[in-house]
Amino acid sequence: MPIVHDQISAANPLLTRASAPGSHLLSIQNLSFSYPDGQAALQNVSLAIEHGEKVALVGPNGAGKSTLMLHLNGILSGDGQVLIAGLEVNKSNLPLIRAKVGLVFQNPDDQLFSPTVYEDVAFGPLHMGLPEEDVHRCVKRALELVGMQQYGDRLSHHLSAGEKKRVSIATVLSMEPDILVFDEPTAGLDPRARRGLIRLLKGLPLTTLVSTHDMHMVHEIFSRVVILDEGRIVADGPAELILNDVDLLESHGLESPFEPVS
Amino acid sequence: MHVNLFDPYQSGKSIIHSMDPRAKLVVTILFILSNAFLPDGAWLAFLFSWGMVLFAGGLAGLGPFYPLKRSFIALPFFLAGISAIFAVPGRAIGFLDMGPWRLVATDTGILRFASIVARSWISVQMAILLTATTQFPDIVHALRHLKVPQILVSIIVFMYRYLFVLIDEAVRLLRARQARSAQSTSGTGGGSIRWRARVTGNMAGQLFLRSYERSERVYAAMLSRGYQGQLLTLNPHEWHLKDWLLSCLAILLLFLFQWIARI
Repeated sequence: MPIVHDQISAANPLLTRASAPGSHLLSIQNLSFSYPDGQAALQNVSLAIEHGEKVALVGPNGAGKSTLMLHLNGILSGDGQVLIAGLEVNKSNLPLIRAKVGLVFQNPDDQLFSPTVYEDVAFGPLHMGLPEEDVHRCVKRALELVGMQQYGDRLSHHLSAGEKKRVSIATVLSMEPDILVFDEPTAGLDPRARRGLIRLLKGLPLTTLVSTHDMHMVHEIFSRVVILDEGRIVADGPAELILNDVDLLESHGLESPFEPVS
Repeated sequence: MHVNLFDPYQSGKSIIHSMDPRAKLVVTILFILSNAFLPDGAWLAFLFSWGMVLFAGGLAGLGPFYPLKRSFIALPFFLAGISAIFAVPGRAIGFLDMGPWRLVATDTGILRFASIVARSWISVQMAILLTATTQFPDIVHALRHLKVPQILVSIIVFMYRYLFVLIDEAVRLLRARQARSAQSTSGTGGGSIRWRARVTGNMAGQLFLRSYERSERVYAAMLSRGYQGQLLTLNPHEWHLKDWLLSCLAILLLFLFQWIARI
């Protein structure tokens, strides 16, 4: 079974604007986090992602995937260090970090809070302090990238789930982030909307970290897979190897996209 | 699921639609104030005031009686004025026995109640016309330009946005209850009133918890996109000659109504 590798990364000019080659775009060192009720959500997590990599984060429900993602732009902060393009995630860096990390939440209803689609997509660049012409340019480009140019004036609560998802993605693309982080992007989509989304994710020329249960999508898009279980990283390697390791996947509540489960 | 029932905007290209939202908002608020200042029993002035709503509705291309049709939803709120019938001193014209109490209706009380109903009914119709001819974001921007405190504007924005999410959530809860409200072929379904009340109470609690958690997630999403406590906007509004003329005309009419009511 051939593995689909991402072809776009190296040549894209968008990627060259970030920091020096060799340094990681995202680097997490010994990150631990417990929720206020004492439940440990992350334990000693270390992870590094290079420019242009597309990484899938998989693991059972409650493994800590969403918690980990909320650390990437400082919504949550635990013990340990998180670096984005060499910049430490801490209070004084937050505005800069949030411009670099585009976080797409699982539920579009959480992500879309403005009355119209256009306003929602403009929210990020506007609050980053860009001048007005740049905001309009960013919004147009972002809506184009997700194929929703015609939807600017629509009210977001009237859209279908697939459309809402695309708009959600546009709302972070308009901030021109260095890394895109998705929490279960295909959950709840019908096959056509899912297919469109996969095509979109494949085509986006950005470093991407995606948490998902959709193993077939992992197989289609991602070259690297990280398995998180009970707050620990239990496997991290090429998708080809991990997706074929049925025992490893099943021991962490996952399934291989190739093997029928006995 | 999409809830369109509460989405009042009717698209159109009329002169009312294209008025600056600030002008519409100010005129609507002054109109409501004017109604509040009309004395009890000034029926002619009420009639003229209502005529203004009908005229504006016609001008907006919605038909003069469009606001009236939508206004019935506000009818139950008029009952709030019912105590006026018994509370205002005057000539007694009837009474209502409620156990040990006797409520005496007076002529001035009934006049006061009818006037309250007329005032609020006419005012509600104008507000309905405002929301039918102005998109919600424009009303919000108008509020911002009119220097309404930021925090109030934000509350209104989120209330509107999450009204739909809350209704969806409530409908889901109700469906889940319905789906399990079965009845066996032998015994009776349902349960005691007390038990039903408890179920309903739990559902209200659920709704609160869910909306509370949702508000946390929305706030996280806002922070992720650079929110630092200040909502910004892109839409500049332009005030044209037409807006001056229409607003002045409306204000003149309002003064005229006040005068009619007092001669």
